[in-house]
Amino acid sequence: MTQRLTALLAPGRTRALAGFALAAVVLFAVAPVLLSPFRLGLLAKFLCLAMVAVGIGLAWGRGGLLTLGQGVYFGLGAYVMAMHLKLADAGPGGVPDFMSLYGTGEVPWWWEPMRSPVATVALVILVPALLAGVLGWAVFTRRVRGAYFAILSQALAAAFAILLVGQQQTTGGTNGLNGFRSFFGYDLADPVNQRMLYLVAAGVLLAMVLVARQLMVSRFGELLVAVRDAEDRVRFLGYDPAVAKTTVYVVAAVMAAVGGALFVPVVGIVSPADVGVVPSIGFLVGVAIGGRATLLGPVLGAIAVSWAQTSISEQFPSGWIYFQGALFVGVVAFLPGGLASLLGRRRRRGRGDAAPAPEEPETTAPPSPVPAGAHTGRTAQGRQP
Amino acid sequence: MTDQTTAVEHDPGATDALLGPDSARFRHDYLEARGLRVAFGGFVAVRDVDLTVAQGDLRFLIGPNGAGKTTLIDAVTGLVPATGSARLGRTELLGRGTHRIARHGVGRTFQTASVFEELTVLQNLDIAAGARRGPLTMLRRRGAVPEAVEQALEVVGLAGLRDTPAGVLAHGQKQWLEIGMLLVQDAHLLFLDEPVAGMTQAEREATGDLLRRIGSQRVVVVVEHDMEFLRAFADSVTVMHQGRVLAEGTVAEVQRDPAVVEVYLGAPAQPGTAATTKEDA
Repeated sequence: MTQRLTALLAPGRTRALAGFALAAVVLFAVAPVLLSPFRLGLLAKFLCLAMVAVGIGLAWGRGGLLTLGQGVYFGLGAYVMAMHLKLADAGPGGVPDFMSLYGTGEVPWWWEPMRSPVATVALVILVPALLAGVLGWAVFTRRVRGAYFAILSQALAAAFAILLVGQQQTTGGTNGLNGFRSFFGYDLADPVNQRMLYLVAAGVLLAMVLVARQLMVSRFGELLVAVRDAEDRVRFLGYDPAVAKTTVYVVAAVMAAVGGALFVPVVGIVSPADVGVVPSIGFLVGVAIGGRATLLGPVLGAIAVSWAQTSISEQFPSGWIYFQGALFVGVVAFLPGGLASLLGRRRRRGRGDAAPAPEEPETTAPPSPVPAGAHTGRTAQGRQP
Repeated sequence: MTDQTTAVEHDPGATDALLGPDSARFRHDYLEARGLRVAFGGFVAVRDVDLTVAQGDLRFLIGPNGAGKTTLIDAVTGLVPATGSARLGRTELLGRGTHRIARHGVGRTFQTASVFEELTVLQNLDIAAGARRGPLTMLRRRGAVPEAVEQALEVVGLAGLRDTPAGVLAHGQKQWLEIGMLLVQDAHLLFLDEPVAGMTQAEREATGDLLRRIGSQRVVVVVEHDMEFLRAFADSVTVMHQGRVLAEGTVAEVQRDPAVVEVYLGAPAQPGTAATTKEDA
């Protein structure tokens, strides 16, 4: 795992392609063969969480927006998808089971659009994009930033979870939405369809990483770093930083929402416990540990942390939360750039100078080849172009 | 000292290419401030300043610390709210957002060189050149280096360091990079806040030559404490004191002005030493 991580974390154009191909092979060919259906389902869940991390890596690592409330967008995507699954299970004109139990037995008007699969897919993207766009524009043009933005986004997550709990008749309250039987017509109990879901999640995640990479190497990515480091200076050059910040905030929100939408059929439940303050911070932990400013740091960090959470929780049911807290404190205190910065530091030492890569804005990983033997952790695959 | 000078020797040909032909485009540009006033709560930092600077007139703005020089620039560039009027040609600048003022052709540098430290020299210039780029261009990777950026690299003598992160540049080089960013930004009105602070003598001369060259085609206002530099390169001088314009004219006229002499508490022969030691009362 760590060897693969080392190889994948190195960007550079050819190396990124090689890493991407390797990740595709691992995700599409190796993992489905090696892992039991149960573990594969877990991995699919982690991949959904990693999608949120890709967005956070862009918004926080590149744009400097400490988004403590990505649970809101994750939740919006998840609930839109869950509503569709409930309505589809209920059949045309049917009423989801929990509404008959707790509510009036009538489907509220704002559930109706989710009867259509096409509308559902569109809304999974549009609802969070619109909310993030309006909210981001309002906040960033007023120059709310830093800790104030973080607190605001976190308050939003708390409010969203409370709202969901309060609306038991229409959102399922604390129980959330669960008990889905089918996903766009496919039986969710069938292992073949579960595997298909895993493959869909893997493909979507890879696509998101490609999008993130394009954004990072583009001029927009350079501008984003400039805005992160010296927002006022950017203004004096004729740019409105609010545009760049809102854009990356919307991109991060959509990525979180898509992750949430796929999380629902993979896991089979979404509840306020998946979208509130605690999971919102949980998304951040993996990103921070992996290395927020790098391309793959957030993804691998998120997957590794989720994986560790599951395995450690299996051994020591109450131990995980302490371990997670300690890890987070340790990384923030001693390794602000995340584990990826260790790689960058070591590579720079190996090269013997600090001159960065001309092509790549990724700060932690210059692409030029490194003397063999400088890195014990790199695999043979990783070095091949 | 000599090893530093090689880095800043600029290429006059590249400067002319970057500034463009001495065309009518900027021919009639001028900055005109009338009754400009900036107040922070009860404290009036700039009061009723009238200032006119025309193209081709390399204007230096001097005064003791706290005289309101930087605040004046902040007001015109939209950083602090001000009352009165400040026009670039026919465009009123006051009341607009900072980035809109910048798009109208107003650029500035800062006392402490502020470049994007994690980005390379090339990336810094490329961003400065690109405020008018459309979304599609922004979302693509930079292909060819824009011509203006290439020329600016030559002008400021940083062509050899184009892929170096701006953060590791020497102090003087950062200031040159900022000047380069102003040039590619295509500003008509340039404010430079202490552009030669911390530079070697050779670097000062190169900077002065460059400013003179730019000043012939743009409206340039330089805030500077270095009196030797001022005497060598200023076409005209505005002296500020306690938020007001105290005197204005050529270097010789200003040095003879009794009010200026009094403020600086020094003989006209050594205003430089006085300017750096005298604090505002």
